[in-house]
Amino acid sequence: MRRIGDAPLIRRLLIGAALVLSALFLLLPLVAIFAQAFSQGMLVFWENVSNTFTLHAIGLTLMIALLTIPVCLVFGVALAWLVTRFSFPGRRILQTLIDIPFAVSPVVAGLIYLLLYGRNGWIGSWLDSYDIQLMFSWPGILMVTIFVTCPFVARELIPLMQAQGSREEEAAVTLGASGWTMFRRVTLPNIRWALLYGVILTNARAVGEFGAVSVVSGAIRGKTNTLPLHLEQLYQDYNAVGAFACAALLALIALLTLAAKAGLEWRAAHQEAFA
Amino acid sequence: MSQLAFRRSGSTHVLPGFGLSMGISVLFISLVLLLPLTGLFGQLAGLSFAEYWAIITEGRVVASYMVTIGAAAVAALVNAVFGLLLAWVLVRYEFPGRRLLDALMDLPFALPTAVAGITLATMYASSGWMGRLLEPLGFQVAYTWVGIALAMAFTSIPFVVRTVQPVLEDLPAEVDEAAMTLGATDGVGFRRVILPHIWPALVTGTGLAFVRSLGEFGAIIFIAGNMPYETEITALMIFVKLQEYDYVGASAIASVVLFVSLTLLLVINIWQGRFIRRLHGGKG
Amino acid sequence: MALPVMFRRSLLAIALGVGVSGTAAAQERELLNSSYDIARELFAAINPEFQAWWQEEHGEEIEISQSHGGSSAQARALLQGLRADVVTFNQVTDVQVLADAGLVAEDWQDAFDNNASPYYSTTAFLVRKDNPKGIESWDDLVEEDVELVFPNPKTSGNGRYTYLAAWGFADNEFDGDEEQIKDFMRTFLANVEVFDTGGRGATTSFIERGIGDVLISFESEVNNIRSEYGSDDYEVIVPPVSILAEFPVAVVEEYAERNGNSDLAQSYLEYLYTEEIQRLLAGFNYRVHNEAVVEEFADQYPETELLEVDDVFGSWDEAMETHFEGGALLDQLQRR
Repeated sequence: MRRIGDAPLIRRLLIGAALVLSALFLLLPLVAIFAQAFSQGMLVFWENVSNTFTLHAIGLTLMIALLTIPVCLVFGVALAWLVTRFSFPGRRILQTLIDIPFAVSPVVAGLIYLLLYGRNGWIGSWLDSYDIQLMFSWPGILMVTIFVTCPFVARELIPLMQAQGSREEEAAVTLGASGWTMFRRVTLPNIRWALLYGVILTNARAVGEFGAVSVVSGAIRGKTNTLPLHLEQLYQDYNAVGAFACAALLALIALLTLAAKAGLEWRAAHQEAFA
Repeated sequence: MSQLAFRRSGSTHVLPGFGLSMGISVLFISLVLLLPLTGLFGQLAGLSFAEYWAIITEGRVVASYMVTIGAAAVAALVNAVFGLLLAWVLVRYEFPGRRLLDALMDLPFALPTAVAGITLATMYASSGWMGRLLEPLGFQVAYTWVGIALAMAFTSIPFVVRTVQPVLEDLPAEVDEAAMTLGATDGVGFRRVILPHIWPALVTGTGLAFVRSLGEFGAIIFIAGNMPYETEITALMIFVKLQEYDYVGASAIASVVLFVSLTLLLVINIWQGRFIRRLHGGKG
Repeated sequence: MALPVMFRRSLLAIALGVGVSGTAAAQERELLNSSYDIARELFAAINPEFQAWWQEEHGEEIEISQSHGGSSAQARALLQGLRADVVTFNQVTDVQVLADAGLVAEDWQDAFDNNASPYYSTTAFLVRKDNPKGIESWDDLVEEDVELVFPNPKTSGNGRYTYLAAWGFADNEFDGDEEQIKDFMRTFLANVEVFDTGGRGATTSFIERGIGDVLISFESEVNNIRSEYGSDDYEVIVPPVSILAEFPVAVVEEYAERNGNSDLAQSYLEYLYTEEIQRLLAGFNYRVHNEAVVEEFADQYPETELLEVDDVFGSWDEAMETHFEGGALLDQLQRR
């Protein structure tokens, strides 16, 4: 039976339009990044990447991402479990509250942390009297990164867990499984792909965050400079090739992210087919 | 349509972990999200309503709302059409490169906004790849509000595609077969049969794209031109106030953006909740 | 449950890594200099000189870190706890803010020579090859077909100097007739093609994107740009009247003391006045005070009348209040 839009002409037209537009709109910028980065040859690219400050920025950026992920993971699972498995007053509000980071401009996100934990903030001034400094050092960068990335895991899990319903879990509990066993044997296998997808998104955002981090970092080269901040500095110093070399590294992380995601989806689809 | 098969399990309370998950969630939301926000409102506490109103309705700030909302609306509408097209092509057709195209859809989420910003600015400047082609034709993109809309559209396209795609996938073949057997043309069939099924998802996706565009800063700032009254976005106004040590002014404008965005998100969430229940009710 | 194990391992690795770098840093004293955006190359050149000198004098190895940003944003970061030992800014008000908050001594301008400004510059123009629009001075910039690029005075100290220089020129030209000055400034601002948030962004717009006929920035900066991007394609115009741009420095006493760096910070800033460093500064196209160096580089600096902010506008505080604050003259002039 023929379906809507199956006519060869329409089909070709729509596919063509989608491909052309995507190439212009999405693929071309990606190509431009690498073209700029390698515009003066492999050697210059490599010099820019292997520079001490760039290497430190890469290290710091990866460390922040690695610390952010477990925090967001625990929170995301807990929140998704809470709002999809129980009904209680304020459930919808709670679900909207986790969208705050989406609604707050990243610069403002940095600002609110600075106002609270900076030297003049009420927590910051207290910490200062114990000589503890959070802002303008890596803990500050970590804190705003967690703020900006915390919705992703929860947002991935909630629709899925809502759709799956809780019958399997209820059955497991009724059969006498402990909470932990139920979670490990029933819940986790059901949500693992979405969970990993959430982690991938969290990682992408944690690596790339610019606005919020720029407010609290102090941008000390070799100390508190993340890769996106380093990129901006190079761009400002007329080193466009260096800036695009960093951009290429970040784009590479983005591409790996996409590949990992595509791989996950493929596996998930296959599992479904076997199940 | 069968009855709602999706039972709201919560009322039974057989499941464990309510206390634990509630504890973690509330603690986290309070410490990470709400506590810092008190700083924002603490700044505003010293203002009388008249002063607050004067800050948020200052001419140049109002002009920036217009620019931001206008460009975000254009970006969201363009994305509604483009996103629908992409979702449709990805779900309905099999062609070489389909999986690649599918993976490419998430690029704007994965690519750091600062990278997107300098890349778009470089491409659409008069010396760039696209600028060189477009400018002789009289289209100036960089440093106009078109550039702002373009950057917004780039960063928010995945919202539309990824919201519409699963709904299209779930649409049973019988639905459009029925339409076709009744002799409807493709256009009529799409409008009468497909669209009613997917428009809630389309609205949700477009709405999310719109909200995202309101707050975007990194990707836009390089391509915007930042001329007062013409190409200044609201996020830049906040940034400007920050540079002037005017925390109160920055907080006031930020609170407007926050309020509008949260309200829109709440509406979308309620809408989405209903729509997902209906969808799965239909399937179950 | 492979995932948590993996995380645990990486956490451990990170904890170790941080610990190691922490102990390594504790061995050497470390000076942090908070500075304005475009001084990155400058201090990258100065710091090794100072490190070598200090090593020779005191037999101590030290480390110097740099934090750069808009001068005002940097001052704000210090107020919020960025523990810099010294500041090297491009605007007096930004140091004054720190003095008002008690981080810097009240009499900081007397702590070093020349109002604690080891070097200075002025605002100048960069035009395209052969100066096609015939730009010589500020009144050429308000012609109808002239497009300008300079950073936003709201976000950039550099942009503020440009605005004040233009105002100072008009003030001379129209004998202080406020309406005429305002008309001049209105046209001047309307000719701006793009307002970037910082000096470097403006340069990128002018050079890489080919926007505008004139880029207005510090004399040092436009000269550096010209040598960076080819002296054949651009020309530097220093107008006959412009503004004195001071680059004030100060020891952030509160933080330097805490960091145990008071002596280091003081020496570091004094070192900027040595003939060696003054020559290095001249090499970066800044104007300096050391007489031997001034003579050596005399050809590099065209004669120009330098207006001082205090003379034209009373004081920096007054200039900020009447021109740049929310709703002040700059906002009014841009209103439509």
